Amino acid sequence: MTAVGVSALQLGLQSCESCGLLSRPAAGIADGLCPRCDERVSFRAHQSLQRSWAFLIGAAICYVPANTLPVLATNTATGTDYDTILQGVALLWSPTGWPLALIVLVASIMIPSAKILSMGYLLISVQRGTTSGGEQRVRLYRIVEFVGRWSMVDVFVDTFTAALVQLQPLMSVEPGPGLFFFAAVVVLTMLAAESFDPRLIWDAALPSGVLSV
Amino acid sequence: MPESRNVPKRKTRLSLVWVVPIIAALIGAWVTVARILGEGPKIEIVLKTAEGLEAGKTKLRYNGVDVGEVTAIRLSDDHASVLATAQMAPHTEGFLVEDTHFWVVRPRISGANVSGLGTLISGAYLGMEIGQSKETRREFEALPEPPVIAADVPGRYFALESPDLGSLESGTPIFFRRLQVGQVASYELAKDGQSFQIKVFVNAPYDQYVTPNTRFWHAGGIDVSLSASGLSVQTQSFLSILIGGIAFETPATGPVLPAADAGTHFDLFANRANAFKPAARDPQTYILVFRESVRGLDVGAPVEFRGIPIGEVTNVTARVDARTFTFAAPVTVRLDPQRLGVAVGGLAPGQDLETVRRTLIDSLVAHGVRAQLQSGNLLTGSRFVTFDFFANTPPARADWSASPPELPTIPGQLEAIETQVASIIRKLDAVPIKGVVDDLRKAIVQADGTLASARGALDSAGNLVGPSSPLSAQMESTMQELSRAAQALRVLADYLERHPEALIRGKAGEAK
Repeated sequence: MTAVGVSALQLGLQSCESCGLLSRPAAGIADGLCPRCDERVSFRAHQSLQRSWAFLIGAAICYVPANTLPVLATNTATGTDYDTILQGVALLWSPTGWPLALIVLVASIMIPSAKILSMGYLLISVQRGTTSGGEQRVRLYRIVEFVGRWSMVDVFVDTFTAALVQLQPLMSVEPGPGLFFFAAVVVLTMLAAESFDPRLIWDAALPSGVLSV
Repeated sequence: MPESRNVPKRKTRLSLVWVVPIIAALIGAWVTVARILGEGPKIEIVLKTAEGLEAGKTKLRYNGVDVGEVTAIRLSDDHASVLATAQMAPHTEGFLVEDTHFWVVRPRISGANVSGLGTLISGAYLGMEIGQSKETRREFEALPEPPVIAADVPGRYFALESPDLGSLESGTPIFFRRLQVGQVASYELAKDGQSFQIKVFVNAPYDQYVTPNTRFWHAGGIDVSLSASGLSVQTQSFLSILIGGIAFETPATGPVLPAADAGTHFDLFANRANAFKPAARDPQTYILVFRESVRGLDVGAPVEFRGIPIGEVTNVTARVDARTFTFAAPVTVRLDPQRLGVAVGGLAPGQDLETVRRTLIDSLVAHGVRAQLQSGNLLTGSRFVTFDFFANTPPARADWSASPPELPTIPGQLEAIETQVASIIRKLDAVPIKGVVDDLRKAIVQADGTLASARGALDSAGNLVGPSSPLSAQMESTMQELSRAAQALRVLADYLERHPEALIRGKAGEAK
């Protein structure tokens, strides 16, 4: 992959992430405010890697209880059953219900873990200064950013179920503690993706010395 | 190209965002620790069968509250039993002590109880009873059946002993004045196989009515007894008719005793009458030798003195003398002379109770007291032994040398009648019937002649008083005369009644 042209950084210019205006920073100072929209501008997002790492590690920590704690408590006449996400998948897995189980499996377990792994890969590759595959990594980043918001589907389904299935005293459904962690995973991965500055992917290809971030 | 405005550069190298994973880690750690700490103890329960139990579904309940859940079920290493691992709720350590019991609650329908119907829908669960012990325990053996009486029910256990279990089972009701006040908890056959030990539980406050003097009896079904006083039907409640029961009562007579201690042993009688039969205080065994058939005399048949029960027959045997071919039936009886009121009171110094009793019995025998077999019931042919004074009996003595001592007997009434009939027949046998008949015939011929002459005499008498005889005509005219005379007398009497003065003055008409 070859970077075409030169980057704004090389020319000593900053691009506003909000309105896209290119501006030259005030004398000798890296960060400032966009003269057009007052958005904070910098050569590269402030502490991008550090923030992204922080959110990502937070998400990874929350991922464990999100999968081990029950997300759904079903009260029936015979007692209360607690189900984690994986137990829900196992419950749905039947000759006729397997597509549904697959959706839950993909949306609730595979996508969050894939997001965490992808972000980790992006961050590590940037830190190690990997120069190759920049285009693919940018594509990966875009996918992660796009998919992020859809991961809340699980949380929505759970809250809807809890609100709708209230057939007291026969049956009722309540959200479990795992749901809180699951929502945290989704939010934190989104924040991690948001904090990541994709421009860093290309910086590794720049001649050394230019990078001053 | 415009220049961006200047802001002072931030000095911090470490971003505040690191707070996020730290908080996440803290919350995660807290939840994990809380779950580990909040997890109750794990226990293992040994069961005969895991029927109806399901790992991850079956709950452990105490008084209807979930206190745990079966997490795994597996066979024991020797495949003889089932091991169920259960995860208890937090803070249940205190429940898991040495005498805590578990059992599987399934729908159960026995005579008195219908229980566990809820499990038809919810599936079986494990019930538990929390013990009092301080020793903790983690491995338990499930009871084969739920305990009949929960440990925290106030009341007392008593032990009954009965030769026969009857229709009792655990849960059979116990009645006091026809009120159900307890249940049979358990029963077991004694080691010698001769009796049953029945453990019963009487609920508070009724347990205070069980005193050392209390009698327990089988009250199941309908107790019909036919006696001299008529037909009597005894039942407790409708329930007891169906499934049996035990009743208890304290005799009104006798000392008022404090409530019996828990675990006191009582005899369980077959029926109320037996339960209240006064116990022999000073039973004596004697032998009565009857020389007649003892058919109908059963063990347990009453021994009476002029209708007052004083004991019972304990044994009936037979003895044949090989030399004389005489048959004798020695009957062993147990007598309680005190029931007769024959109390040997105030012994003089140096006197032996036994000597006094012998003297007394000797003098009774000398006055004609004998044992006799009598028919008790004509329908069943049952017989009993009675003692009475018999006049004109050959003298006899009690044989104190025999063991047990032998008392004299006389033949029964039927026996005596039989003897008399036999003697009559013997006398009849001796009568010379042929001579008598010849004499009778001669007498009849003579009587014939006598009768003929009598008829002639009667005929002449008939002629004398016939309707055409002069005697009869004279009689008629005499009668008519008499009739007229009577009429005249009546007229005179009438007149005199109206004119009494006529007696003095004569008839008024004549005077004028």
